[in-house]
Amino acid sequence: MEILGLLLEGFAVALQPINLALIVAGCIAGLFIGAMPGLGSVNGVAILLPMTFLVPPTSAIIFLGSLYYGAMYGGAISSIMLGIPGASTAVATTFDGRPMALQGKADRALVAAATASFVGGTISVVLFTLFAPPLADFALAFGPPEEFALLLLAFATFIGLGGDDIPKTLFSIFIGLMFSAVGLDIVSGDPRLIFLDLPGFYHGINFLVLAIGIYGIGEILWTVETTRGEMVVSRAAVTIRGVVRALTDLRHNIRSMLMGSFLGYFVGILPAAGATPGSLMAYGVARTMSKHPETYGKGNVDGVVAPESANNAASTGSMLPMLTLGIPGSPTTAILLGGMVIWGLEPGPMLFIEHKEFVWGLIASLYAANLFALLINIAFIPAFLMVLRMPFTILAPVIFILCVVGGYAPTQDMHDVWLMLIFGVMGYLMRKLDYPLAPAVLAIVLGPLAEASVRQSLIMAHGSFGIFFDRPISAIIMAIAIALFAWPVLIAIRRRLRA
Amino acid sequence: MRRAELVMALFMAAFSLYIMWKSTELPVGWIEGEGPGGGAFPFWLAAGMLVCCGWIVLRWARRQSPPSRSDEPYMDKTALRVFAVGAGSLLVMIGLMHIVGVYVVIPLYLIFYMRGIGHHAWSVTAPLAVAMPVATFLFFEIALKITLPKGYTEPAFYPLYELLL
Amino acid sequence: MKHIVKTAALAAAVSLAAGAATVASSSDATAAWKPKKPVEFVIMAGKGGGADRLARFIQGIIKKHKLSALPLVPINKGGGSGAEALRYVKDKQGDPHVIMATLNSYYTTPLRNPGLGVDISSFTPIARLAEDTFQLWVHSDTKIMSVKDYVAAVKTAGAKNWRMGGTGKGQEDSLVTAMLEKAYGIKVTYVPFKGGGTVAKQLIGKHIHSTVNNPSEQIGFWKAGKSRPLATFTPKRLKAFPDVPTFGELGQNLSYFMQRSVVAPGGIPADAASYYVDLFDKVYKSEDWQNYLSSKGLLPGWLTGKALQDYFVKEREAHRKLLMAMGEIK
Repeated sequence: MEILGLLLEGFAVALQPINLALIVAGCIAGLFIGAMPGLGSVNGVAILLPMTFLVPPTSAIIFLGSLYYGAMYGGAISSIMLGIPGASTAVATTFDGRPMALQGKADRALVAAATASFVGGTISVVLFTLFAPPLADFALAFGPPEEFALLLLAFATFIGLGGDDIPKTLFSIFIGLMFSAVGLDIVSGDPRLIFLDLPGFYHGINFLVLAIGIYGIGEILWTVETTRGEMVVSRAAVTIRGVVRALTDLRHNIRSMLMGSFLGYFVGILPAAGATPGSLMAYGVARTMSKHPETYGKGNVDGVVAPESANNAASTGSMLPMLTLGIPGSPTTAILLGGMVIWGLEPGPMLFIEHKEFVWGLIASLYAANLFALLINIAFIPAFLMVLRMPFTILAPVIFILCVVGGYAPTQDMHDVWLMLIFGVMGYLMRKLDYPLAPAVLAIVLGPLAEASVRQSLIMAHGSFGIFFDRPISAIIMAIAIALFAWPVLIAIRRRLRA
Repeated sequence: MRRAELVMALFMAAFSLYIMWKSTELPVGWIEGEGPGGGAFPFWLAAGMLVCCGWIVLRWARRQSPPSRSDEPYMDKTALRVFAVGAGSLLVMIGLMHIVGVYVVIPLYLIFYMRGIGHHAWSVTAPLAVAMPVATFLFFEIALKITLPKGYTEPAFYPLYELLL
Repeated sequence: MKHIVKTAALAAAVSLAAGAATVASSSDATAAWKPKKPVEFVIMAGKGGGADRLARFIQGIIKKHKLSALPLVPINKGGGSGAEALRYVKDKQGDPHVIMATLNSYYTTPLRNPGLGVDISSFTPIARLAEDTFQLWVHSDTKIMSVKDYVAAVKTAGAKNWRMGGTGKGQEDSLVTAMLEKAYGIKVTYVPFKGGGTVAKQLIGKHIHSTVNNPSEQIGFWKAGKSRPLATFTPKRLKAFPDVPTFGELGQNLSYFMQRSVVAPGGIPADAASYYVDLFDKVYKSEDWQNYLSSKGLLPGWLTGKALQDYFVKEREAHRKLLMAMGEIK
């Protein structure tokens, strides 16, 4: 019961008027930053970090923690409404969120995303409150071989995501992985694939540049063409009754929400993994477990709920190694960690002992932030839907401008804007020929982690692949991944034998 | 459509070859006791791309994929016009960003698209063309401290920084 | 869209009010030159790493003490081990609104990539703010108590089974490792990771056997009794680690530092350079900075002007030799 006492003390900190105000401000700021294509929680936290120098550390982390959450909620908004994932954590949300919006069910998708985020966030904070220290030790057991096994599992859950055209799907995966190799070879430290010697390629091809190019520019060009520029994106009317009905309908999706929350949380606490693989795996697992996998990608609510609950749960999860070990579980927590150093706190094992009020104030504020983010998000849904009802000839230029500015913002390099335009045009031309593009986006997200972890593992083992099977955790995850890869093949063989 | 399918596959095959060649700047083989060299991943991925392109061409020859069976034009006249206007206007917009900066380009682009393509009234176009750059400036430059490209219009912003930052 | 615009404007206005309240007018009138727009603070590394944290810490000190009227805006250009940042600053020749936070890739990256065409002696030196130090670390569960034990343990295990973690090849950690190997006649398997923080974690998770982390990267684990420093790569013991010997005391004169400096593009006006020297002098003298240095095991090391440029050139030559000895460059 010691935890309960500490948590109550934490609430006493979190509910002070200034901290409460910061929670609300953080949620709103995060919501907008997350909803902007191109900006996600990493940018938001990095940019607003120096602001927090002006308040006490506990208030500062409360603000940034709320912003982190708000951005996770906000990421779903541009995924659903515009079909452009605002951050890599929201990629999986586009798969079903976008079709729902096109079917005039944007309100339901937004409500589902917000509610799932709330459930994921809350479950993970409860898990965090109860089991922080033992899970931290578990996180440490993940070295390069385990990381690779986990990424392989993430890939395995996506088998069959592409279209029916196998060579085109494979091509898309390969080209995405290849793009992820541009920049620096981490093992030798040498520059790699610096096309035309342009310095902009040194920082690699940012996931966002590809995603905004394909989903922003390419898709809009496609929409303009197929509808001859005369389309209205969505005619969904917003009524309070509609929102309530959407909420009650979600009872059918509780299973996916719970699965996403737990999975997201556990993947989130693993250093280097973070929310992106977490949300992708949750989507893959929901689809694999479903009785009707063919409805995924065509507007299945579970396909929105699973990744959204997972990415919020993972964002809480990634705070665990940050606080208990001083190791960031995601890029955003890496910056939060830097913030803690600025505030004069020592992240790591001693934090829970030396700075109780800080840790528990943060945990308590996460409970509050979840609630506020949900309420604020739902309150804004009508405004977001109004946007969708505007004529396309207004919406299209505004989206194009947001894409261009959003493509520039993360690296502040015009090189990336040009690259985005090329990806957009190529994406449009390839889409017309039925090349599936989602696999390329997934590949560029997971590629760098996968390559680094496999090569580190092989160096550790002097070139022997045995390392992936010698270590118990790695071996178990590998076995599951291989089984998942083999599953569709086995089914196909059985079908053929019967026929 | 049928011809476009072949052209795209051949183009991508050429691109794959270029990447394979580019990857050889770093060792692409197996380094004893260390695993694959720095160029191995892109090299073999590009090789995989090349194989896929070959496969696509094979399916094209056998008329197995839908685009290779289709007799419809890849781009009819309207599509070509819509695409040229969409992509072309973006090209001009991004190009102009280098010269006159974001804050001149945004209103110009909005006016071009909303008046020229959407035929919206000035009463709709003008407020948006004013509000969007102002909101962008406040959001990015003031709230988030991200400076956007301004080209030759940069000095015009010095007093604003003085005032607002 | 109007609603988004309106609400975004509202949000911006709210933060704007908050921002305006915090930015008071600068008090200094010593320098004739003053920035006319926000200053780009280029960081030679990615977000979240050691160099990034330090740069954002500096930005925080400047903001907290209102040392500059217009903000410093950090931009990460960590691509190609800082190649991107170097090329950027080179292309910004004469632009006084760009400065860059450097680390030792300031020497090694141009040496390894002659194609970049970057000559660091053409940049304008501003100030060296500190020198970060290196220590040899093992997990506290091992029985290795001294460098002597360490050398014996590595020899018994053999190069194949002794894993040393560090940052990318040709970067600081690998140079320090090479020095260590040469001095003690040992061989280890060097496993490169993305950043010092990850390296530290891999040691605590026992995926690797030793590291040459900066003290700041291990200090949290050390305080919690999870890791153990064996020796320091400095001529004198560190204040934060009074019980840890230096390699010099143990008979091997190994020392290596990571410089933490600020430079500007070449050809900027002299009064702009002196404005920045003045600014960073205030940062350097601030209590926050001095506390950070002493608690994290960094050495103070203020250098500026020609002395700093000479230091850079000298270090570049030292690194050329180190890289040649490793076979990384010819």
